[in-house]
Amino acid sequence: MTKSVDNRAWFLVLPVFALVAFNAILPLMTVVNYSFQDSFGNNQFFWNGIGWYQELLDPSSELGGRFFDALGRSAAFSLGILAIEVPLGILVALCMPREGTQLAIGLVIMALPLLVPWNVVGMIWLLYTRSDIGLFGWLINAVGIDFNATRSAAQAWLVLVAMDVWHWTSLVALLCFAGLKSIPDAYYQAARIDGASRLAIFRYIELPKLGRVLMIGVLLRFMDSFMIYTEPFVVTGGGPGNSTTVLSIDLVKIALGQFDLGKAAAMSIVYTLIVLTVCWVFYTVLVTRDGPTQDSPEARS
Amino acid sequence: MTRRIIFYAYLVCLMLPLYWLINLSFKGNIEISTTMTLWPSEPTLRNYAIIFTSPEWFDGFRFSLTYVALNTVISISVALPAAYAFSRYSFLGDKHLFFWLLTNRMAPAAVFALPYFNLYSSIGLFDSVWAVALAHCIFNVPLAVWILEGFISGVPREIDETARIDGYSFPRFFVKIFMPLIANGIGVAAFFCFMFSWVELLLARTLTNSKAISSIMTRSVSASGIDWGLLAAAGVLTLIPGALVIWFVRNHIAKGFALGRV
Repeated sequence: MTKSVDNRAWFLVLPVFALVAFNAILPLMTVVNYSFQDSFGNNQFFWNGIGWYQELLDPSSELGGRFFDALGRSAAFSLGILAIEVPLGILVALCMPREGTQLAIGLVIMALPLLVPWNVVGMIWLLYTRSDIGLFGWLINAVGIDFNATRSAAQAWLVLVAMDVWHWTSLVALLCFAGLKSIPDAYYQAARIDGASRLAIFRYIELPKLGRVLMIGVLLRFMDSFMIYTEPFVVTGGGPGNSTTVLSIDLVKIALGQFDLGKAAAMSIVYTLIVLTVCWVFYTVLVTRDGPTQDSPEARS
Repeated sequence: MTRRIIFYAYLVCLMLPLYWLINLSFKGNIEISTTMTLWPSEPTLRNYAIIFTSPEWFDGFRFSLTYVALNTVISISVALPAAYAFSRYSFLGDKHLFFWLLTNRMAPAAVFALPYFNLYSSIGLFDSVWAVALAHCIFNVPLAVWILEGFISGVPREIDETARIDGYSFPRFFVKIFMPLIANGIGVAAFFCFMFSWVELLLARTLTNSKAISSIMTRSVSASGIDWGLLAAAGVLTLIPGALVIWFVRNHIAKGFALGRV
């Protein structure tokens, strides 16, 4: 589809631009401003130059050590859940019935976790995995394993990962299901005539067709898991110790807990830049992969 | 056959934690803390009774539903013309603008919590539904533009041109002809705006004095001597709006994922 050149289209975009700019540009300027200053309460600010950034990026300082630890935990969490959710999502999508009542019921059940408020997700898993009142914790204890996520870092991580897999695998599965449904029947018929095995059908027909939705799924899941705050906050509060203190939790602790505005702001900027860089790479790959036939605005030009 | 077993096993795993939540919500606190029962041995409605008779909980629900509804309406109404523009025209800086919009969907909410607090306090919106509704626009508007742009690009341009020849003015064409054509897309976009605003806690908590239903629940978590049954009942009630939304869009969920970009 060709697009006509018309700069008056700006008027249609103006409300969106104004609304998002109000929300994005002013606050971001505040953050940048804070990140170069030091505060001593009473709204007194002192110029600190790039001091906070130097401290933040120096792993041997207290702030830097804290930052890199939290960054490592966030990265481990994101990679871990991606490694589980993407294959599992594809598997579930392949196993879903193609139509009928079973599909309708399945879709409703699968979409349900997506619409649970995030702190309720945390709460559900708190109730589900506590060894004294939860089914999951009680079952594991009954098997003979001493399960208590508030005392063991490994078990706290198990709960967080299990919770995220419960919460979001359906998103990947629904995306893949939509992708699978868009494959024309002729492909499958041709494969059947050629006597292709189930595995070959998956490898050479389904997987390539899923490429685009998978990229979107990975992008969305990476973004959201790297920014996760509420669920670990409710389930573990970042503990035991600091073992589940991911970047967002650490940031809020510094900003709203200790009111170290300069440190928090510098951390915010570096954090945002990391997220944006990774997403930009994904996005560029997504757009170039599609080629000019796809109808995204970037690819179309 | 194996496929069905895997599928149903997955559904069961999804339902188990939810079942446990519902189960606990009908139990008294003594039963919760002393015995492990798979269903309530002495079912009680006490937890729900507390919530329905307490104005605090009731106001929390009303407050949350109000800002979610406001946010959905604002997001969709500004995103529709923008998505149309991105889909049909090329104009100065369109690609940069589109990517810049998307970056806002990717920015961590934790980064914005403190500046938002300052910004909305300074313009006198702190602790109102408008503060939360506007703040949530930062991730919902880009998402709505993205989804709607996908749907609008699926509508042939000839329809626009025919309407123009028939003498329709642009606003009339847009509302009378175009919007019904992309009703599915609007539904899907509204679903996602509703979902992300309804589930968000950090900004809702920062911008209000614990008025949102999610913050009221967090407060009961941190209080000493947790009332598990009450908490579970509140959790069950927060599932209802989402479940209703899903029920209404259930036939469009798969279609929405396929056509839209999400």
